[in-house]
Amino acid sequence: MSDEEDIILSELNDEDLVAQMMDDLYDGMKEEIEESVQILLERGWEPYNILTEPLVGGMTIVGKDFRDGILFVPEVLLAANAMKGGMAILKPLLVETGAPRMGKMVIGTVKGDIHDIGKNLVSMMMEGAGFEVVDLGINNDVEAYLAALGTEEPDILGMSALLTTTMPYMKVVIDTLAEKGLRDDYIVLVGGAPLNEEFGKAIGADAYCRDAAVAVETAKSFVARKHNQGVAKA
Amino acid sequence: MDLPSDESLTRKGLDLSGPDAPRKDRILLIACGAIAREVLAITLANGWDHMDLTCLPAILHNTPDRITDAVRTAVEKHRAQYDRIFVLYADCGTGGLLQSACKDMGVEMLQGPHCYSFFEENERFASHSESEFSSFYLTDFLVRQFDAFVWEPLGLDRHPQLMEMYFGHYTTLIYQAQTDDPALTAKAQEAAKRLGLAFERRFTGYGDLERELAAQA
Repeated sequence: MSDEEDIILSELNDEDLVAQMMDDLYDGMKEEIEESVQILLERGWEPYNILTEPLVGGMTIVGKDFRDGILFVPEVLLAANAMKGGMAILKPLLVETGAPRMGKMVIGTVKGDIHDIGKNLVSMMMEGAGFEVVDLGINNDVEAYLAALGTEEPDILGMSALLTTTMPYMKVVIDTLAEKGLRDDYIVLVGGAPLNEEFGKAIGADAYCRDAAVAVETAKSFVARKHNQGVAKA
Repeated sequence: MDLPSDESLTRKGLDLSGPDAPRKDRILLIACGAIAREVLAITLANGWDHMDLTCLPAILHNTPDRITDAVRTAVEKHRAQYDRIFVLYADCGTGGLLQSACKDMGVEMLQGPHCYSFFEENERFASHSESEFSSFYLTDFLVRQFDAFVWEPLGLDRHPQLMEMYFGHYTTLIYQAQTDDPALTAKAQEAAKRLGLAFERRFTGYGDLERELAAQA
């Protein structure tokens, strides 16, 4: 038996429990994360604080270590899965308790592409950062994006592609938005393994985001700018 | 000629370029290690013995963001020695960066998005892209190296619960066979079973790889 297996989560004080949760998240221990979230709720923690401190804080470390080549895709997915477990408990409570809202995003993988691991990570981290996310799933054509933009009225459109052959479809969507005079209504963020900054610029996106953490920071910065412009115009 | 093992092609690549002395009358092929066997089979069958081959480690397939720099380094290493260098990579997930780099360096490269496409012939592969986007492709090399390129890097040996996250939207494993080898077909079928996918074998031969090499020869 290792020492870790002897830890009784409910006996840890708040500070140690938060640190333990970040460790558990790093190790992809979903059940332990769910248990710890429940413990903090019982101790009267605000759902928003549980989300931002141990969960988003823990995933930020995971993201950084992935970028630095310390963690690899399987470990990131296990951590994400653990965070998902915690978020499933917190999500309905966040709505009830009126947690701060940063903005709204519609996100989906483009037509002809079924890859959604990166997109799902972005969705989760955006939710963790206080964005409302409407996830359209995979294989979205331009009509699906337009319909969702119409009904959801988001601040941000996010598009993802994993294939060299499908990433040009992002331009089809952006060009269609431009033709309809809708392009400037949305912040358009794009991402996916074969993309790069040059491609993002070439297709007329507002930004290319190389990973979920960058997507969150970019989204925050654009939304703040949009908000400031709105204030300036008023 | 004795080829190195698949394991060696995966991790180390292969250098069959000539001695350091200028080889102006020859063509250097800088290829992905995953197509080394196919390139040698084609050049040998056609008697193109004026082509030298150097291969980068095939495992770069799993980190396409490193391919462009690796190719650039290889071209720079050999360009004083050879007048003609042909890069045997397609875009391979570099998002156009490899193409830009080759253009900057004044060398040609293979057409198409990746080896699945050029083995099948780019035009034909593109024609069924809309009906096959839920297919997962393996070539001869990738069938032989399935564990090294798919199973282990995705962590499926350690975390089988991730299977659904990786392959939940896939329906079929298409084995693009470059050669007729019943043992490889059986191995590909086994890979499909392990991934929980339907199986299809499609003989491609060398497709556009042979055509493009012929154009250089």
